[in-house]
Amino acid sequence: MNNEVPSIWQSMKAKGYSRREFLFFCGVAVAAAGLKSSGLAQVVDAFEKKPRPPVVWLHFQECTCCSESFIRSSHPIVSDIIFDTLSLDYTETLQAASGFQAEKARDDAMKNNMGKYILLVEGSVPTGENGVYCMIGGKTSEQILKEAAEGAAAIVAWGSCASNGCIQAARPNPTNATPIHKLIDKPVIKVPGCPPIAEVMTAIVTHVLLFEQIPELDSQGRPKEFYSRRVHDTCYRRPFYDAGLFVESWDDDAARQGYCLYKMGCKGPNTYNACSVTKWNSNLSYPIQAGHGCIGCSEAGFWDAGPFYQHLGSFPGFGIESTADTIGTTAAAVAAGGVAVHAAASVIRKRKLVLEQRAEAAASEALYEEREAAAAGKKAEEEEGGEEQ
Amino acid sequence: MTRVVVDPITRIEGHLRIEATIEGGKITDAYSSGTMVRGFEKILKGRDPRDAWAFTERACGVCTTVHALASVRAVEDAIGVSVPRNAELVRNIMFCTQYVHDHVVHFYHLHALDWVDVVSALSADPVETSNIAKSISNWPKSSPKYFADIQTRLKTFVESGQLGIFANGYWGHPAYKLPKEVNLLGVAHYLEALEWQKEIVKIHTIFGGKNPHPNYLVGGIPCSFNLEDVNAINTEKLNLVAKLIKDAQTFVEQVYIPDLMAIAGFYKDWAAIGGGLKNYLVYGDLPTKGYGFPDSYKFPRGAILNRDLSKVYDVNGKDENEIKEYISHSWYKYSVGDKTGLHPWKGETEFNFTGPQPPFEQLQVENKYSWLKTPRWKDNPMEVGPLARLLVGYAKGSEEIKEVVDGALKTLDVPVEALFSTLGRTAARGLETRLTARWLKEFYDELILNLKGGDFSTFTREKWEPETWPTECQGVGLSEAPRGALAHWIRIKDRKIENYQLVVPSTWNASPRDAAGKRSAYEESLLETPVANDEQPLEIIRTIHSFDPCLACAVHVYDPEGKHLHQVTVN
Repeated sequence: MNNEVPSIWQSMKAKGYSRREFLFFCGVAVAAAGLKSSGLAQVVDAFEKKPRPPVVWLHFQECTCCSESFIRSSHPIVSDIIFDTLSLDYTETLQAASGFQAEKARDDAMKNNMGKYILLVEGSVPTGENGVYCMIGGKTSEQILKEAAEGAAAIVAWGSCASNGCIQAARPNPTNATPIHKLIDKPVIKVPGCPPIAEVMTAIVTHVLLFEQIPELDSQGRPKEFYSRRVHDTCYRRPFYDAGLFVESWDDDAARQGYCLYKMGCKGPNTYNACSVTKWNSNLSYPIQAGHGCIGCSEAGFWDAGPFYQHLGSFPGFGIESTADTIGTTAAAVAAGGVAVHAAASVIRKRKLVLEQRAEAAASEALYEEREAAAAGKKAEEEEGGEEQ
Repeated sequence: MTRVVVDPITRIEGHLRIEATIEGGKITDAYSSGTMVRGFEKILKGRDPRDAWAFTERACGVCTTVHALASVRAVEDAIGVSVPRNAELVRNIMFCTQYVHDHVVHFYHLHALDWVDVVSALSADPVETSNIAKSISNWPKSSPKYFADIQTRLKTFVESGQLGIFANGYWGHPAYKLPKEVNLLGVAHYLEALEWQKEIVKIHTIFGGKNPHPNYLVGGIPCSFNLEDVNAINTEKLNLVAKLIKDAQTFVEQVYIPDLMAIAGFYKDWAAIGGGLKNYLVYGDLPTKGYGFPDSYKFPRGAILNRDLSKVYDVNGKDENEIKEYISHSWYKYSVGDKTGLHPWKGETEFNFTGPQPPFEQLQVENKYSWLKTPRWKDNPMEVGPLARLLVGYAKGSEEIKEVVDGALKTLDVPVEALFSTLGRTAARGLETRLTARWLKEFYDELILNLKGGDFSTFTREKWEPETWPTECQGVGLSEAPRGALAHWIRIKDRKIENYQLVVPSTWNASPRDAAGKRSAYEESLLETPVANDEQPLEIIRTIHSFDPCLACAVHVYDPEGKHLHQVTVN
């Protein structure tokens, strides 16, 4: 049956594209995915031969901002993705059918493509009270997730809800909202963010399709392609930080000149995401560029790491300076010492930065696990207490 | 008699289940159930009130920004600060941007497939589609070749055997009435709107850094203006806003409105179906002279009872006798008994799931059957949303609102009573999109005028530091989300959130029955609806979609200890 399904090349041909245009399209896809041109042959092959891969997109405890973000993608545009690239066989946000017919579309997609479909999950899964805090078609979200995970070839956790529980898992996590990797024993590609950037979402799907393998992940399960750099390290306002020039109050003269927002609580120094490079909504801007600090929405437990307007006390990443508050004077001294000294300091700093980034990633993961364990312990204690009453 | 269960209701935000009984081809009773809960109010306790906008914004990613706006207003009201005019203008611009985006996406991507038969478009004559398109609009993408290409693309898609989001749709259902050429037009514009919608939201990105979920700020807006620096909002960014506004007006006037009118013309029978409740509630929004002056709002505040447009009642969110929430059919319990309604300030909650253990086939609707509470205004069930806004504006004599409403009634050649229906609700959404697209330009022009006059201020500083706040204070933030009346109540103690409450549009519309057994808007609107085929609930989702359901924010947990909240005094 699969042989009858047109490949992307066949679809493009039917739409009147020439072979030359098709190859150009593949080249753009290669460039968009940040690959070497030697990968072109592989891409052409992938697009030429395959029917559209079946995709099941589940919705649990969510606000649907991930779906909304997804449809904002400018490259590729979403209609090309859902009509020409993928076969989006189930998504409550867009599909025509409701009720029984919707569930049947999902079940058919899973049954007919056992072991071959991509599972995209938006939202966390509440495990409290046997799962009655999120039910679809009379089933709990946990039941639905486990059934769907069974035959999935790849599983993507869209956004912070599915990746780390996000807002409903914030203290005191009333419904025991749980990220999906804790409930299924398969690898999960985490794409955190509230929401994730549109083009990051489409690029990750494209990556899986083109290369038939999941992108390389960091120790937390996030694709390195988009989550290996701190917002702070790639921020266009970074030179102001290095020079010790900070916004001290909203809409002050410094704000009107776009100085660093660190003192206004910016969490960019602790946040791994592509915002300051890939940017938002067709590479237009990102929170810091529009004057507000990063709230760290792609980091596990970020809701409990606030308040948002309290600046970070100190953070690793600067070998020479102990805290960012002293960076201004240090940087000024370096400048006075001349370009050579500054360059040498930069090299040392960069080397230390890399080492410390690794250490920090490990530390932040440990911290998150610890916090979660403590929360779980507390919850168990409360439940025990409740039973005694 | 048959019992039909529709779960999940798709093409909405959140998780909604409808159970209906059908007798003699018509719905005789209906039950609406919200099946997901997260617990926002519990999570907000003890946090910095200045952070609340970011938390509550995550109540909904479809109507993103609206909760952030209600939240900053609630906090500003509590701590006693008003924002600079530039900040209010930018908030209004973001508000209108949200309406235009949200309503267009609703019409084309969440609602259109209830009216447009995609499969029928396959056999349309592209030349005839082109003729129709040119007769209703001067939108340039209207050549026969253009529609032929769309049709070829659709054919390739369907012939692939992989129907994706169109799989198992109700294609060929007798309730689809459009000529196949109009169906092809609908498919073409579905795709165009999908590509266009990502543009208009860039206004949020410019002022708020991203969309969905742009940033807000208590006391103003986070961005600054500077006409001498590239590192702030400067002429180039303002030019982009102007272009996006112009494009939005063009799209709304040349695509959305002509399509809406053309499609509505074939479904006039739906002007007599789905009317439901006869009461409408509006908090009002878009201040032209400050949030504290509701009389200056573009969308006026008020309530209408029994469809009597000659009288508009005042609405006071702070009066404890006006708004109450019931839980007789909701999975919660009250210390005062489940039959008493409580004002949100005195709200209390404890989860009390008494439904069937999943997996289950049917809810126990005679008991509790939803995670939504049931709000009432003076004990009346109220419909909220675009129709309510236009009716209250119409009844209050807003010239701008009267103009678009009367114009549409004339075009469709229907009386004003036609508004009280599924079709009326869907039309009202389009008409207020026209208005908000126009208002975008008005607010933008005023912003430019302010900057020209040397007023660059975007933030009021004096109440930023919590040390400047009283030990205890409280406030209310009223707004109009695209889906209807939205309010946040906050109580602050020792600079932390003591209590936070949200009563949102879909709670008004989608809630279960109240203690007196009175139905809310969804349930009432389904009564008498004809259903041609029990297996294909097209008519049910048509009416439900006319409300634009948005369930994630409709479900909350109130004060877990059941403490009484104190009344707050606001202006």
